[in-house]
Amino acid sequence: MRYVLAWISAALMTGSAFAQELVGQPTPGAIGFQPAATRIMERVNDFHNYLLWFIVPITIFVLALLIWVCVRYNKRANPEPRKFSHNTTIEIVWTAVPVIILVLIAGPSFSNLFYQENEPDLEAIAQSGDMDDPNIYVDAAQEGWITVKAEGMGNWAWTYYYMDELDSEGFPIQYVSNGIHYGLPTDPPATPEKPLYLATDYPMVIPVNRYIRYQTTSDRVIHSWTVPAFGVKTDAVPGRLNEGWFLVEETGVYYGQCSELCGKNHAFMPIEVRVVPQDQYDRWIEVMKTGDVDAATELVQVIDPIGEATRLASVE
Amino acid sequence: MPMDQVAAHGHDAHDHKPGFFTRWFFSTNHKDIGTLYLVFALIAGIVGYSLSGLIRLELAEPGIGPLTGLMEVLYGTTGQQAIEQAKSFYNVVITYHGLIMIFFMVMPALIGGFGNWFVPLMIGAPDMAFPRMNNISFWLTVVAFILAMISFLVPGGNGVNGFGGGWVLYPPLSSTAGHAGPSMDLLILSLHTAGIASILGAINFIVTILNMRAPGMTLHKMPLFAWSMLVTAVLLLLALPVLAGALTMLLTDRNFGSQFFDPSGGGDPIMFQHLFWFFGHPEVYIMILPAFGIISHIVSTFSKKPIFGYLGMAYAMVSIGAIGFIVWAHHMYTVGMPSDMKAYFVAATMVIAVPTGIKIFSWIATMWGGSIDFSVPMVWAIGFIFLFTVGGVTGVVLANAGIDHALHDTYYVVAHFHYVLSLGAVFGLFAGWYYWYEKMFGVKYNKFIGYLHFWVMFAASNLIFFPQHFLGLNGMPRRYVDYPEAFSLWNYVSSMGYALSMVATLLFFFGVIESMLRRRKAEANPWGEGATTLEWTLPSPPPFHQFNELPVVKNEAGH
Repeated sequence: MRYVLAWISAALMTGSAFAQELVGQPTPGAIGFQPAATRIMERVNDFHNYLLWFIVPITIFVLALLIWVCVRYNKRANPEPRKFSHNTTIEIVWTAVPVIILVLIAGPSFSNLFYQENEPDLEAIAQSGDMDDPNIYVDAAQEGWITVKAEGMGNWAWTYYYMDELDSEGFPIQYVSNGIHYGLPTDPPATPEKPLYLATDYPMVIPVNRYIRYQTTSDRVIHSWTVPAFGVKTDAVPGRLNEGWFLVEETGVYYGQCSELCGKNHAFMPIEVRVVPQDQYDRWIEVMKTGDVDAATELVQVIDPIGEATRLASVE
Repeated sequence: MPMDQVAAHGHDAHDHKPGFFTRWFFSTNHKDIGTLYLVFALIAGIVGYSLSGLIRLELAEPGIGPLTGLMEVLYGTTGQQAIEQAKSFYNVVITYHGLIMIFFMVMPALIGGFGNWFVPLMIGAPDMAFPRMNNISFWLTVVAFILAMISFLVPGGNGVNGFGGGWVLYPPLSSTAGHAGPSMDLLILSLHTAGIASILGAINFIVTILNMRAPGMTLHKMPLFAWSMLVTAVLLLLALPVLAGALTMLLTDRNFGSQFFDPSGGGDPIMFQHLFWFFGHPEVYIMILPAFGIISHIVSTFSKKPIFGYLGMAYAMVSIGAIGFIVWAHHMYTVGMPSDMKAYFVAATMVIAVPTGIKIFSWIATMWGGSIDFSVPMVWAIGFIFLFTVGGVTGVVLANAGIDHALHDTYYVVAHFHYVLSLGAVFGLFAGWYYWYEKMFGVKYNKFIGYLHFWVMFAASNLIFFPQHFLGLNGMPRRYVDYPEAFSLWNYVSSMGYALSMVATLLFFFGVIESMLRRRKAEANPWGEGATTLEWTLPSPPPFHQFNELPVVKNEAGH
């Protein structure tokens, strides 16, 4: 009950319960997607809104028909039932109209899917120089890929590998990222900076406005790496290397939670991604190469402000 | 076919019933076996429903609380160890909730219960084709349930008793790497047994329906419930052997050193998922198609109109069943499939919306122009049509791989499949229960209790499952024992809905007990002119053996 009251009072105080929608994490009482931080999620959100224009009217239409027949054709209003059982025209209509609706859905669905699935050809994008296409990022393409591998671990943690960033011994930078809350009395207190069940000890760090290629795999059972605000979710399967991409347009801290049942601590292996300006990322990488993970993580606890307005912000 | 067109049906005047033990334990009578299945499904349903109560109790508020207390009672552990065990136990609870509800509640009730009872009655047959096999089917289902319960009570290898890898049984979590204990082996044995029972039952239904229809009843005059059972039985016969194959591979992986699903030996865990969902997707239609059949009869009976578009309805079910076999990987959009393959499964999956839409609109068209009697089964059927529509449209959303990447394994999926199963199949089940209750048991139920049961259940199940859409959209993954504070509001509402559903459940059992105690004598046909199928030509309850002289369906009858 106290949650209901808290929610109602929050709604009254702010005028809307969703006035302060949190970025990169769930918002109390929210009824929709988390705000998009990537073009992928923005398109998912748009497409979902587009779908609502079909599914809500269809549901209301069916409900209205049911109410109408109940009112008009109940035994008091219509004591003598009619006996028809065929009407070819209406049967063709209710077969053809759904087909047309599905075609209307399929077009944007495929374009949405292929945008997510097909890894962008950065060379072609860099050469195209088309600054007006919201789906590609010419300046980011010129910088090339950053590849991060996330390996789901048997003890409910993620190991991140920065495949192109080699440490002094010539190995890719790698470190284990554990959740800090396990539902135990010994957990550290949850704070806005370290939200419950979402915060990790050593987050994944990536620069803003760069093409990120993420790979997932696992050492023992299947996990799933996801960040809702990015609109990406890819299973981490033993013996497989899965791959996807995204580009985050705004700095910030974004959280996700393991999304494939993996045993006891399934609910306690969060994903924390700190998206920082390029120069802060570069400093983080330099310290990571020395092997001092704590010092490097300290560098990204506060995210540097970024000078230029982001593309998503300018759209709004 | 209207009743007056049924030329002849005779009953044996000497309705000789065997003694109690012989009748209920060695039963070969389709009606007795149907009753046994229904009683069994009620018992299993109470177990499965109680497990969902533990889920909603644990998730009512943030923090791992109620299950920790349960661990202290069950295992005598305290503090941190109890919490760790509660986490594993939660996974066990969701696993057995799913398995029991699917294999031991919905399937036995709709297929074993109503199928056994009414397929022979509706097609004018004296019994099922293989009465003794029918008996084996039932008792194997009981054995399977007992094995599942034993599996629930022996070590799973995860710190508690029972297997906690979800009803989908994905390896490596279900391999020795994830659950080394004997629980999973017993569960495999249980599902094998349940599968054999279902395959035998499916063969029985197919043979009965194809060979034992009353003279004059062609396939295209057969009642839609018999059609739904025919399609369901074919789906069972084709899908279950694939599950059995996957389970056998899992069994040998676990016990005999094979490595079908172990990448270190060249195997692939994803292969299990393909095999599982090749069974698993038809399985969801196996659960919903019998409900489709029941709803068709109820809508027609109480609108006092023949089914609108009978052939379209029958072949919509056939096409749903057929397409159901070629859409399985839409459960697996995030495993790392090629994008072209995803595009195919998107397209194929969305096609199912067309025959499903035909069914929804045909039900409404059947009511259109009718003279609707809002009897208890009819309100359940109308509730079914609306709730199934809600579950159907969220299915169209999830069919799109692009959106599913955001929604896969979140509560949105949980909301979707409970709308089509918990509110679809189960509402169909209750509709059938109130439709045929008097016919089966020969006593009238209290209508007021039936209406009250409906309204409380309708409110409760929407309260439970609608907020779960919000949770899923906002990113709450499923199978989580605890969650960030932000998800607490809708989880709380959902749990309150469960509390209300307990009232509905009590009302249901109260209605049954009340009718059994009062024993108001039922009529042969309580529903009047709209009830045109053959079971209403018999007394309530029907004689122990019916149709000793086969009813003849005249040629001009039909649709």
